[in-house]
Amino acid sequence: MSQKSTIPFGPQHPVFPEPIQLRLVLEDEKVVEALPAIGYCHRGLEKLAEKKDFLQDVYLIERICGICSFMHSMNYCQGIEELLGLPVPDRARFLRVIWAEVHRMHSHLLFLGLLADSFGYENLFMQCMRCREDILEVMELTAGNRILLTTCCIGGVRKDIPADQMDQILLALDRVGEQLVDLRNAFSNDYTVKKRLIGVGCLTAAQAHESGAVGPVAKACGVALDLRETGYAAYKELGFKTITETAGDSYARMMVRLRELDQCMELVRKAIQLLPAGPISTPFKGNPTGEVAARIEQPRGELLFFIKGNGTKNLERFRARTPTFANLAPLLQMLPGCQLADVPIIVISIDPCISCTER
Amino acid sequence: MSSLINATPVTTENLLHQVALLKQQGCRLITLTCLDTGDGHEVIYHFAQKYEMIHLRKHVANGGTLISISTIFFCAMIVENEIKDHFGIEVHGLPIDFQGRLVLSENAPRAPMNKRCGMEIDARVPEPASTVVIAPASPPAKEAVPQTPAKGGVA
Repeated sequence: MSQKSTIPFGPQHPVFPEPIQLRLVLEDEKVVEALPAIGYCHRGLEKLAEKKDFLQDVYLIERICGICSFMHSMNYCQGIEELLGLPVPDRARFLRVIWAEVHRMHSHLLFLGLLADSFGYENLFMQCMRCREDILEVMELTAGNRILLTTCCIGGVRKDIPADQMDQILLALDRVGEQLVDLRNAFSNDYTVKKRLIGVGCLTAAQAHESGAVGPVAKACGVALDLRETGYAAYKELGFKTITETAGDSYARMMVRLRELDQCMELVRKAIQLLPAGPISTPFKGNPTGEVAARIEQPRGELLFFIKGNGTKNLERFRARTPTFANLAPLLQMLPGCQLADVPIIVISIDPCISCTER
Repeated sequence: MSSLINATPVTTENLLHQVALLKQQGCRLITLTCLDTGDGHEVIYHFAQKYEMIHLRKHVANGGTLISISTIFFCAMIVENEIKDHFGIEVHGLPIDFQGRLVLSENAPRAPMNKRCGMEIDARVPEPASTVVIAPASPPAKEAVPQTPAKGGVA
């Protein structure tokens, strides 16, 4: 007769890039229940955002995440622009899309590398990191930094991308495209990858909707939910279409991201092609007043910022709901029934960002 | 995508009914936002039907409690625990109660997101039972000199 035992999984674990603990109830090697314990990197950034003025908050909020930092500042700026009734120049909207999609690419490549690492495929991890390096160089070239770009500002963007740098971005995308051929082949067809991912950590479309799953976790179950479809920034002009899979397992979540990499490259190429001339920011005066819910699609899914301005330079309230926070409840539904050895893969398959989650 | 918030006010009596109605209509829960209004708190429930957002606004008086909606949307449990951590609001009906310790550490300030919050430390961590009294520093004791038997001592 099997006996139940509870083990702490994390917060320090070779697979986890950031600290999170799962208290797992096991029957032999089978997980029957899971409970998350977070709070290992809670920084109180929401409170700090109320102490700083709303212009300084652009820099602060960009630092919520060390992976998709640009997305945070972009969402915040879009929210404040809505409160101020501030129009954003067309060129700035396209530049935002270019940086956002480049960020998505580096985030997805990091995910693929960490996923390969989670089942011991070190060589594939290194190939992903090598490919990602080209993307990081694009960011360094255009913004001066590799991750924290700080190019987004209220009313537009702070920095333009000149034509010669656009050519270099296109060349870098070609190099990434060539490397992705091999990566795609390995991730889609390799026996080890399939053996470890197919049928592991399954979630149905109904469960995904019920538990509030977002991003690739929802899209892998066939739930076509991607805020880029709403056409914010310049996505309307670029003709975005959501990528979905139907299996709902770890392999499907990986495939969504793999396919999105191609889509990102296509979006960046199209944005460069259609990039209009003109100013890159709109000057403004005044302080924000009112409440706004700002949302964009991050690499991990829907990001929501609630911003309340009271007419002063300090915000009344800033609240962030990051996609990993939303994907914790679906994770708790994926884990029961799986083997203990599959827990790291399932956790990594939601691409958790704990710094975002705890803020 | 940004939209100004136009929230429907709800009361304790009809909160669960309204939430259940939204679920029937195919809405998903995005999250809850809590604000300190001085005379209490406001909790805003953010839902979405595909991409369209719907908001409910619930006022909680000082010392009041909030009813958990996790019986309808289980995923609300995590954010309700976070509100309990950050604002010190008691939430009734939580299926898993982290006792105000979801994101806050053991010596964190109590309800740190409240406007009137000082740096009052949440003292639920009991102090060690025995108190250690540190004695004033005393000069180091002289090294004990081994006693050597006197010459011509015991034979």
